[in-house]
Amino acid sequence: MSILVIAEHDNKHLKPETARVLSAALAMGDDIHLLVAGHQCQEVIRAATELDGVAKVLVLDEARFAHPLPEGLSQTLVALAPAYSHLVAASSTTGKNLIPRIAALLDVAQISDIVAVESADTFCRPIYAGNAIATVQALDPIKVVTVRPAAFEATGSANSAPVENLAAGQDNSRSRFVSAELTESERPELASARVVVSGGRGLQSGDNFKMLEALADKLGGAIGASRAAVDAGFVPNDWQVGQTGKIVAPDLYIAVGISGAIQHLAGMKDSKVIVAINKDPEAPIFQVADYGLVGDLFELVPELTRKL
Amino acid sequence: MKVLVAVKRVIDYNVKVRVKSDNSAVDLANVKMAINPFCEIAVEEAVRLKEQGVATEVVAVSVGSDACQEQLRTALALGADRAVLVKTEDGLDSLLVAKLLAKVCEQESPDLAILGKQAIDSDNNQTGQMLAALSDWPQATFASKLVVEGRELLVTREVDGGLETIAVALPAVVTTDLRLNEPRYATLPNIMKAKRKPLDVLDGAALGVDLAPRVKVLKVAAPAARQGGEILDGVDALVDKLRNQAKVI
Repeated sequence: MSILVIAEHDNKHLKPETARVLSAALAMGDDIHLLVAGHQCQEVIRAATELDGVAKVLVLDEARFAHPLPEGLSQTLVALAPAYSHLVAASSTTGKNLIPRIAALLDVAQISDIVAVESADTFCRPIYAGNAIATVQALDPIKVVTVRPAAFEATGSANSAPVENLAAGQDNSRSRFVSAELTESERPELASARVVVSGGRGLQSGDNFKMLEALADKLGGAIGASRAAVDAGFVPNDWQVGQTGKIVAPDLYIAVGISGAIQHLAGMKDSKVIVAINKDPEAPIFQVADYGLVGDLFELVPELTRKL
Repeated sequence: MKVLVAVKRVIDYNVKVRVKSDNSAVDLANVKMAINPFCEIAVEEAVRLKEQGVATEVVAVSVGSDACQEQLRTALALGADRAVLVKTEDGLDSLLVAKLLAKVCEQESPDLAILGKQAIDSDNNQTGQMLAALSDWPQATFASKLVVEGRELLVTREVDGGLETIAVALPAVVTTDLRLNEPRYATLPNIMKAKRKPLDVLDGAALGVDLAPRVKVLKVAAPAARQGGEILDGVDALVDKLRNQAKVI
């Protein structure tokens, strides 16, 4: 049986998470169909056909899918699902919103945020904020799974898969999209950046994050934040790294003025190299950091930026 | 309007969990338990709706063993009017919890069900969406702002990349994000009063839901420990390490 993977995109670009989710799906089986639900998203479809491992790109193009709401999209997907052994999506806010609704309509359990594939029905996933890893077996006939993109390598893009247009069917949902307020940024996306520079309460103000931006720009990295920094209003909340924010696993994670609460570590402790800059030598962040600097971040960060 | 709030009993968020030596589960013996933080936000939002005169009754529901009554009493002390415990074993799959909650929704017919976006133990982030699907209600997940306008709810959601506002017709399911509100503390007089508020116990097995597990836990293990690193004596040493040892810049 085939596997249906749901593409992650914003109608303009296919997000890099999709290629990572594909790797996870390829570990479950072959004959992968990649579904693009959107509106007038030619560039997304083109990029989707190029991803290695994709046998076919399925396209649902309708005005209402420009901002797809789970009520309408789940109806369409539930009709498609019985032809598949697996339904797979990223554990992004879009995937987390949509996938459980589909699972319930199909009357199957869902496995969230997997970090490894043991076999076609057995997966590893973190629980308790990443303080334990559960190996679980899905007993239902259709496996409905969301994947933590940071835990998988992206597949290549030298493919040219065929495209098939699908009809979406009726929509009788009782919800509608009103508006979106997206954070504008020139930097790489937090969830897929190779380098992440994160700030916490120690930054003391939103203005001081400019210091981190200079460092991130020098390294071609993204900016993250702890919950404390978000709650204090220093930065927007979609910058939050942690159990309840984004989960990242970059090559280099630089934690500046972050103590290292359990909740924050859950979002970054799989980074390849962790650097902590903090004035408190007892801060728990130093227990996971490969390299630590104890001192005043207002002196150390500009110096580091200068010397890179 | 009537608001139903689901609360889950979980390990306190400050506790460092330990995996049992036989790798069967996390050790919950003699560990401090509490209301899941996201559920606390859900209770607070429901109570605020009541204080605004929007909600007429707030019903707190929990699914699990008798011990969950403790968390239901906490919800009552925070301002819920009455509570329902659906008695089952602890740790059911999200789908089964959603099915039991859907049965309670059938009986209670609330106009709005508020849940936390995820429980900090299983980290599933599924139950609210599943309850909405099973009840055929619209859903507004990861809510950071909620405005009731007649029979419609305007909800601002936290999404990757920023915020999104949607409108859902009632009855609906809302799941809470951390930014929705700042939960209050229960005062001693309210804790005393909560002891006299009604708390009904339903037998989960009698609600007509097949409670056989759909997910089998094969193993629970501690994550790979990170090597303790080194404290460097200056920026030059750090740049050198990143360049020549870790080779990440």
